[in-house]
Amino acid sequence: MSARNERSFLRIAAVAVAMFGFGYLLVPLYDVFCEITGLNGKTGRVDEAAVVARYEPDTSRTVTVQFVANNNLGMPWQFGPVVASMDVHPGKVYQTAFTARNPTAQDMVGQAVPSVAPGKASRYFNKTECFCFDQQPLAAGESKDMPIRFIVDPNLPKDVTTLTLAYTVFDVTQQVAMK
Amino acid sequence: MSTATATHDDHHDHGPAKGLMRWVTTTNHKDIGTLYLLFALVMFFVGGAMAMVIRAELFQPGLQVVDPQFFNSMTTVHALVMIFGAVMPAFTGLANWLIPMMIGAPDMALPRMNNFSFWILPFAFSLLLSTFFMAGGGPAAGWTLYPPLSLQMGDGFPFMIFAIHLAGISSIMGSINIVVTILNMRAPGMTLMKMPLFVWTWLITAYLLIATMPVLAGAVTMLLTDKFAGTSFFSAAGGGDPVMYQHIFWFFGHPEVYILILPAFGIISAIVPTFARKPLFGYSSMVYATASIAFLSFIVWAHHMFTVGMPVVGELFFMYATMMIAVPTGVKVFNWVSTMWKGAMTFETPMLFAVGFIMMFTIGGFSGLMLAIAPADFQYHDTYFVVAHFHYVLVTGAIYSIMAATYYWLPKWTGNMYDEKLGKLHFWISTVSVNVLFFPQHFLGLAGMPRRIPDYSVQFTDWNVVSSIGGFVFGVSQLMFVWIIVKAIRGGEKASDQVWEGADGLEWTLPSPPPYHTFTEAPQVK
Repeated sequence: MSARNERSFLRIAAVAVAMFGFGYLLVPLYDVFCEITGLNGKTGRVDEAAVVARYEPDTSRTVTVQFVANNNLGMPWQFGPVVASMDVHPGKVYQTAFTARNPTAQDMVGQAVPSVAPGKASRYFNKTECFCFDQQPLAAGESKDMPIRFIVDPNLPKDVTTLTLAYTVFDVTQQVAMK
Repeated sequence: MSTATATHDDHHDHGPAKGLMRWVTTTNHKDIGTLYLLFALVMFFVGGAMAMVIRAELFQPGLQVVDPQFFNSMTTVHALVMIFGAVMPAFTGLANWLIPMMIGAPDMALPRMNNFSFWILPFAFSLLLSTFFMAGGGPAAGWTLYPPLSLQMGDGFPFMIFAIHLAGISSIMGSINIVVTILNMRAPGMTLMKMPLFVWTWLITAYLLIATMPVLAGAVTMLLTDKFAGTSFFSAAGGGDPVMYQHIFWFFGHPEVYILILPAFGIISAIVPTFARKPLFGYSSMVYATASIAFLSFIVWAHHMFTVGMPVVGELFFMYATMMIAVPTGVKVFNWVSTMWKGAMTFETPMLFAVGFIMMFTIGGFSGLMLAIAPADFQYHDTYFVVAHFHYVLVTGAIYSIMAATYYWLPKWTGNMYDEKLGKLHFWISTVSVNVLFFPQHFLGLAGMPRRIPDYSVQFTDWNVVSSIGGFVFGVSQLMFVWIIVKAIRGGEKASDQVWEGADGLEWTLPSPPPYHTFTEAPQVK
């Protein structure tokens, strides 16, 4: 009897351990799911040469792209877009920039995280170059213009006339120092 | 309580050890069941005291009794203590006492682990409550511990996380024990489909716990490493996502709410047939309904997150899946009502609590259906309507079932009848006051009062006053419950072995109180 109980115990305990692993497995699953569906406003990085060859510029259609900048709680940088919005044709590459200034007396590292609204349009907004692909170090008092190149997919649903690209800049100085 | 005479010559049937160490080192399922139940009762009053602070602060608009940070930690710790410290240990205690006696087993399958899984709990909750004395105070981000807010907690943060780990380990071990006991230790002839429904519902609950508590442990471990080890599971700056926490949490959290109610269904399914003096209507449909509720509980988690931003397809899927749960739950309610139909009913205290459960749990079920309607949920989300909903299913649901079970099996456990007059009085005062307490919260929520906020607009004052008065009466009246239990332990009219005229099951074939060791020779079940 007791050997049987021990066997059952080990089997069920293995399920519990596996479920702990499953909790962690949900993390990559979630990322893959969001990437495939474009949920959560996550936008990917694309190769410029490849998309320019693939997309036919659609000059008959104009889409407004708005730029929004936010600071995460406690982030002291002055951070904002150079222009508030642009009218663009789908299928053409455009360039603009955001400006960031570190007003503090310390060297800092920031990380911008993009989000596109409406969510269903995020799959059609492609960035070929973005300051958000890398962490951005700024010395004390330094300021810099950070470029972004993007292209709107001509397959963007017809009812979408305005896209909002929002960046939130986070202070990652400590995380960088920990690594 | 389980003080069997220790005078048997047979050395296999010795009584309990003497003194305090009996309780520390015991591996006896009855002793451990008693410990769990007493622990749950203590935690019920700890969590209840916090609820009294909440209702005192909300008695009037403005801030008068406590500061907002402390108020937030009251709502947070009230929930954690009531869920992990009161309701879950109470059900585990009932399982320990009853499952071996119901299936004709001499004890739980893994008695040493049983001792360990109980004795972790006092340490877990000492850790949790100790955070109140640390810089930054207790957890105040809500029991769901959503980041980034929960990561802003002070020095107590790791203590709270480890408390959740310990409570989780305890309930996983308790569940493994229950599953192994039920699968391996049944008396000859006790086939699965002959098991009492309390055993069935606990078997399914234990599987839910084993599948989901580790996921919660993973989620809070991620919070811990996000704060201290530089990971960014939930920090957007490092490529993580705070919304992902909500998904992982509710993947645990929704099955958890069924963990808190399925054993209650088992209890009600034992009590209603006894006092209706008819066998349970639709036994096998009850088993299948329980199993389908357990299955559905894994695919509805995002109905807690309708407002975070989800595509319409997602909202619709989670809305319909959630509404589907009403079908097996409805089967259960109809079966209980059909069991009572044309029965020779009497209304002793356990039956009063059981009937109260059926009516008020159903009210909570219906408000749950309202919340399941995704477009309507945008209005109800995070309001007092939600608070009213889950208190109807947890207080007049889970807690009422635990009280019903206590009155029902107390004469068996102690050998003495409880005071029926006081029991009935306890039921009526509780039932009137609990409705005065929670029913107005529906109105407050529909009118837009947000939850977890210590202050409110003046137009919400009247119903908050009513609700607070109900709360104070309900809180104080639970002292009666303690008094009735103490009185029954100390003496009273002797209970027969059968106790209740209509009771059916192996535990009623044992003497009242049962000897320290029971069914050392397995009974034959026909």
